[in-house]
Amino acid sequence: MPLLKSLTGKNTESSAAFRLKGGLFPLTLLEISHYDRTEFEQQLQDKAAEAPIFFKQTPVVLSFEEFDGELSTLPLSELVEICKTHGLLPVALRNSNAALQDEAKQISLAIMPVGRVKPNADKTASDTAPTATEDASAAPAAEHIGEINPNSSPSKIVTTPIRSGQQVYAPGGDLIIMASVSAGAEVLADGNIHIYGALRGRALAGVRGDTSARIFCQSLEAELVSIAGNFKVDEDLRKDHWKSAVHASLDEQTLCITPLV
Amino acid sequence: MAKIIVVTSGKGGVGKTTTSAAISSGIAMRGHKTVVIDFDIGLRNLDIIMNCERRVVYDFVNVINGEANLRQALIKDKRAENLYILPASQTRDKDALTVEGVERILNELAADGFEYIICDSPAGIEHGAFMAMYFADMAIVVANPEVSSVRDSDRILGILQSKSRRAENGERVEECLLLTRYNPERVAKGEMLGVQDVEEILATKLLGVIPESETVLKASNQGIPVIHDIESPAGQAYSDAVSRLLGEEVEHRFMSVEQKGLFKRLFRRSA
Ligand SMILES: Nc1ncnc2c1ncn2[C@@H]1O[C@H](COP(=O)(O)OP(=O)(O)OP(=O)(O)O)[C@@H](O)[C@H]1O
Ligand SMILES: [Mg+2]
Repeated sequence: MPLLKSLTGKNTESSAAFRLKGGLFPLTLLEISHYDRTEFEQQLQDKAAEAPIFFKQTPVVLSFEEFDGELSTLPLSELVEICKTHGLLPVALRNSNAALQDEAKQISLAIMPVGRVKPNADKTASDTAPTATEDASAAPAAEHIGEINPNSSPSKIVTTPIRSGQQVYAPGGDLIIMASVSAGAEVLADGNIHIYGALRGRALAGVRGDTSARIFCQSLEAELVSIAGNFKVDEDLRKDHWKSAVHASLDEQTLCITPLV
Repeated sequence: MAKIIVVTSGKGGVGKTTTSAAISSGIAMRGHKTVVIDFDIGLRNLDIIMNCERRVVYDFVNVINGEANLRQALIKDKRAENLYILPASQTRDKDALTVEGVERILNELAADGFEYIICDSPAGIEHGAFMAMYFADMAIVVANPEVSSVRDSDRILGILQSKSRRAENGERVEECLLLTRYNPERVAKGEMLGVQDVEEILATKLLGVIPESETVLKASNQGIPVIHDIESPAGQAYSDAVSRLLGEEVEHRFMSVEQKGLFKRLFRRSA
């Protein structure tokens, strides 16, 4: 869900120590349905093993909209600590109660407004035809996408070259780069990767397991190309279509490189 | 408004100090009040190349620490009218440079009417290099035509566009590439990368190509920035680069193998 900081009071004095700028960031909701320490920790651990790239200090909003149980007895700080040890960084609460909000204040969590209701909260939808969001939750790797505000594009567009030593990740969607990716640079996306330039570094699409993800580039000169963990390195890539416009896709477990014509 | 230009590279020994001396001299000779700052704390090279090492009393770190004021530390160049040098300290370590300290000095220089502030960066991507680039409006990325140097330049460009003050404010640092120690004979033999290869990899504007030339070493031993040697190809190439920096359109030279000898001379005469 988007987090909109609408404070744009810009100080024009040159000596200003800071400026407040508007920012719009996709944030993942951690929708907690019930809580039991051992079970919660185990499931989080499993998820992290499945998609390690996602569990890297990733900010999340704890949501209790679907919580089944007594919220007032929930050990919030314990839950937050478990999240932190597994690479999730709770930054705020949503749909909680007054007691929980008090506790949140003590451990410096923000309180998010209830905001837009997600599509799958709409219980009037037909029971037989699963909604898009329910579909997504059936495939754990795509869960994240369903949580994004339908009005904002989950794609990330970069217009400048990605230089050696840089890493760019598009969580929950496609990554579009309107320049080249240098040797020694790494680009990652949960969805597809489009590169309108040469790919000289590493490109990893479908990093959370989406086997239908693809990688497109104007010139294949890559160090590594990977889709949902199935990869080819420089040596194998050089054999065919080197330095030509190609797209990479997955056929069963095999990574295929096909010319773009 | 002063324009802050960092001369940087990542890799060491590619010609940053040679370039800082030449470019700052060139800009000053065109009538702009210019200062060149040596950020290579602990090494001090710039003052030797500019032949003012015996006139150093106070240095950059003294000014940052408030032990001297700018007026006391700035050394007026003997050749170029509008040029001043702010030397590095030989005795301190590079951690003496702080963001606040450097910013204060840059602001003072700008208030003093300096139009161009050239920052000679140390090699690497550590603190000193970071301090030299942090406030830059523009970066001259110096590279030699070889793979490791180009890779380091690419790295520096990435850091520049993500970690500098401008990047933090959502703006871009103007970037350009200066290819130095270029040897067309070796490029023709495939021993070095060509201009086009480097331009393609770095995808950035080419400020100039400085040929490999013995006159550079001679000039630095004599303490005269090579741009003053108007006979030398390196001096001429630096002069062209200064013109481009100041917005003129000048065609690139010294990029292909010179045809030498009788044939060329005859050909020229008949043409
Ligand atoms: N165009 C050139 N032709 C020949 N020699 C050159 C040229 N440019 C630089 N050099 C030589 O290369 C050496 C390194 O140059 P310089 O000190 O300018 O590099 P630097 O990048 O500042 O090095 P450092 O990283 O150590 O600060 C010097 O000996 C210099 O004379
Ligand atoms: Mg140097």
